[in-house]
Amino acid sequence: MYSTTYHRPTTVADAVKLRKKAEDGQFVSGGMTLIPAMKTRLAAPSDLVDLRHVGELKGIKVSGKTVTIGAATTHAEVAESAKLRKVCPAICDLAAHIGDPHVRHMGTIGGSLANNDPSADYPAAMLALGATIVTDKRELAADKFFKGLFETALKDDEIVTAVTFTVPAKCGYAKFPNPASRYAMTGVFVAKTKDGVRAAVTGAGEDGVFRAREVEAALAKKFDASALEGVSVPSKDLMSDIHASAEYRANLVVVMAKRAVAAANAG
Amino acid sequence: MSEISMVVNGRSVSATVEDRTLLVHFLREHLGLTGTHVGCDTSQCGACVVHLDGKAVKSCSMLAAQASGSEVTTIEGLADGADLHPVQAAFREHHGLQCGFCTPGMIMAASDMIRRHPDGLDEKTVRAELEGNICRCTGYHNIVKAVLAASKSMAKGKGGKAKKAA
Repeated sequence: MYSTTYHRPTTVADAVKLRKKAEDGQFVSGGMTLIPAMKTRLAAPSDLVDLRHVGELKGIKVSGKTVTIGAATTHAEVAESAKLRKVCPAICDLAAHIGDPHVRHMGTIGGSLANNDPSADYPAAMLALGATIVTDKRELAADKFFKGLFETALKDDEIVTAVTFTVPAKCGYAKFPNPASRYAMTGVFVAKTKDGVRAAVTGAGEDGVFRAREVEAALAKKFDASALEGVSVPSKDLMSDIHASAEYRANLVVVMAKRAVAAANAG
Repeated sequence: MSEISMVVNGRSVSATVEDRTLLVHFLREHLGLTGTHVGCDTSQCGACVVHLDGKAVKSCSMLAAQASGSEVTTIEGLADGADLHPVQAAFREHHGLQCGFCTPGMIMAASDMIRRHPDGLDEKTVRAELEGNICRCTGYHNIVKAVLAASKSMAKGKGGKAKKAA
């Protein structure tokens, strides 16, 4: 790891100030991607601004049908939240299957979204739920937030402070984990909202998370796995790598969508 | 360089370390607590698992500076003097190891797992929960047996029978 300077602010305002002062700084939350990336020298920030001790970024609020999750909330906290499970168990189940127990004790929802790994689980959930990503400067619709592989609409010194979404009538998530890394080789989050059905796919797109319009159109007619019989999605913009071809992933999108709908209807 | 201080196995320690120092290196090289192992060094194998404020984390994937102000428990801090911790005793009883390299991480992961499942564990849950710990010798069979046995003995130790998992 290259040399770096560690900072521990306790407010968002101080975190932004520290980040602005740094020559080539980075925010670090759980650090489950950034620290390993620094160890392999894929990342070499001059300064690390730790967000784990910023109280205003923490906590889960459920008010009627509106859910707000603070950015520094860990995957384990989301997975174990009883009040969240009561209104939206799919998001708890998703969090319970990120990485492994030790990673879930450190990794955070805000960190995952800001990193926008093309195989991360949360981006699919946020896009399918039509969530709003709240930062210290503005509120962004998930549709406008994710911009490509590890790319988001965030400015350098902008911090994700929370996410908020309206609990849909039904929602569910299913992923096919890579047998070695457990990252999603394809994961699909489906949500039946008052504005229609949304289905978002992670782990498969060459440009990161995306909405599967073919799946959405089929499920809009009938929100049931049977509606996806014979439906196919194009493999054109999907990833091909040593784990799976684009065609294989295209098939997985439909298979995972079926499982996600079944989970949504069972919940 | 940063001034860091934390409580490790019940003992207050402080030191001046480079900010890039990983927690596992601080434990092993500064404090001489070499029970915590570095296996893969890519946050997959779990040989480096310690408890940070009571929760299992991978000490190869966090900086010592990030852990400053926290309580850390390593494998050395688990036994009560000459009395092995129930998870350690179960690993010995059920031979949950061969070469032993992954064992510290397995035991720290197992004790965290048992804490999070006070109503008991079943084999499926144990296997799923061992996601972040790799053993290249045993095929996991005796490790799973040991964790299940420890879970039972710890529930009994609390004066209650292991309840059926919810």
